[in-house]
Amino acid sequence: MRRAAALCLPAAAWLLGAADEPVLVPDVSQREVEILYSFTGADLLLFGAIVYPDGRRPDRPADVVVVLKGPDQSITMREKKKVAGIWVNADRARFRSAPSFYAMASSRPISQIVDERTAAIYELGVDKLQLSPASLNDSAELDRFQAGLVDLRERAGLFVERPGTVEITDGVLYRARLPLSARVVVGDYTAETFLVQDGRVVAAAVRDISVRKSGFERFMAVAAERWSFLYGLAAIALAVGMGWAAGAIARRL
Amino acid sequence: MDLYLPIANLSVNALVIIALGGVVGLLSGMFGVGGGFLTTPLLIFYGIPPTVAAASAASQVTGASVSGVMSHMARGTVDFRMGGVLIAGGVIGAGLGVLLFRLLQSLGQIDTMIGILYVLMLGGIGLLMAKESIQALVALKTGKRLQARTRRHHPLVAALPMRWRFYRSGLYISPLAPLLLGVATGILTMLLGVGGGFILVPAMLYLLGMTTQSVVGTSLFQILFVTMATTMMHAMTTKAVDLVLAMLLLIGSVTGAQIGTRISMSIRPEYLRILLAFIVLLVAGRMALGLGWRPDEIYSIEVQ
Repeated sequence: MRRAAALCLPAAAWLLGAADEPVLVPDVSQREVEILYSFTGADLLLFGAIVYPDGRRPDRPADVVVVLKGPDQSITMREKKKVAGIWVNADRARFRSAPSFYAMASSRPISQIVDERTAAIYELGVDKLQLSPASLNDSAELDRFQAGLVDLRERAGLFVERPGTVEITDGVLYRARLPLSARVVVGDYTAETFLVQDGRVVAAAVRDISVRKSGFERFMAVAAERWSFLYGLAAIALAVGMGWAAGAIARRL
Repeated sequence: MDLYLPIANLSVNALVIIALGGVVGLLSGMFGVGGGFLTTPLLIFYGIPPTVAAASAASQVTGASVSGVMSHMARGTVDFRMGGVLIAGGVIGAGLGVLLFRLLQSLGQIDTMIGILYVLMLGGIGLLMAKESIQALVALKTGKRLQARTRRHHPLVAALPMRWRFYRSGLYISPLAPLLLGVATGILTMLLGVGGGFILVPAMLYLLGMTTQSVVGTSLFQILFVTMATTMMHAMTTKAVDLVLAMLLLIGSVTGAQIGTRISMSIRPEYLRILLAFIVLLVAGRMALGLGWRPDEIYSIEVQ
């Protein structure tokens, strides 16, 4: 039902809003990303068309920003400080909605496309993410923790910013590539596309992408969660069996 | 050769993990230590989440011990009675370890605690072993015989009530001493993700005064069963045992353990012990530096 609605939405919007605003018709190269034993990450192609009312293109070319977002997580961040010569976790902050994955590409650097406020509203950029702090830290502290989170996730390939990589062809077709790291969590991802004209977001559209484990990997994850006793037994049996086999072989040699 | 780990949620180079298991297995066969004290830090260094590393390392230690226990059983160097008492203590200790782990985790101090424990335990035991084995080596070189120790076990051990005979260990002591030793190693197994062999071997030698021949076999025997219990506890509570990771580690370590056992038979025990003391001190030194140096990561993320 939801899928059907999502499919009808752009078409309906196109018909209804045809009068004045442009419409985005987005798509992604993969609606489902399957994690298999050989999964080392994926490259997603986000592309689509900009449909202008009556086919009239504006004089100044519009900009496109695409954002790929993973499921939100509730996290606790800790900060180490030197206490009595030893580095220990001292301060902490809790955030209710930190995205597990965030990748953004834009046709030009974000600061040249929109102002700070608009960027914050649409969460354009890793420094603009709304993490919903759930602990009593002052704002300077929260900023420090957010910078720490961004740094960690950027180095893990979980936060990606690629300004200037959205290609727009003839002002109506756009395409961008975003990398999906091998460390992504499974769940429902969204690919959002924003059309920006004169610093204003004039159209937005969303596509859902589901990232899931399949085959053997899925079976393992489910088994560990649901049949944990049997899974534990299997782990022990595997260890003892392999140890025994190696011993038996070595004695023959 | 990249392979995706279904529980750790990342892909690793399978050959690197197998090689890592091989090195650890070699040490485990040679010294009768589980090798967890090397596996867990190395896996974390490679980027595996700490809980998954500790949980999967436990099952790797199981596999490495099986082949070791079998070789020692064939040579009749396992004291089953002593091992049984140690295992009982180890399982109790692992249970206590779970509670302690949760408490420290909620305080956010588990990493620091692990670091301090490593430095204290490894540093203390490494120094003790180094001193002892250097004395033995000097005696060997100069041809002077070491004075035979008149008192074979620690006076505190002798003070405990109720004595049992442990024939293969050549002991007549209270079972409470090995039981308490088992509890202590069980707690460490759960907290540090180690088998506890590096504590057990010297404690059996210097505190209980067991005969050298049966120490390695008996400690491996205890490690085998305590790591099995720990693997099960991890599978049931943290659900962090990664079978694919364990499998890769096992392929390396069971092979390494066989080679290690053979090597240990052809090297003088004095040399083996000084080598182990050196490795233990090296790890302790690295951990101590880690506590005092500015860490690579100031921030850490815990997902609820």
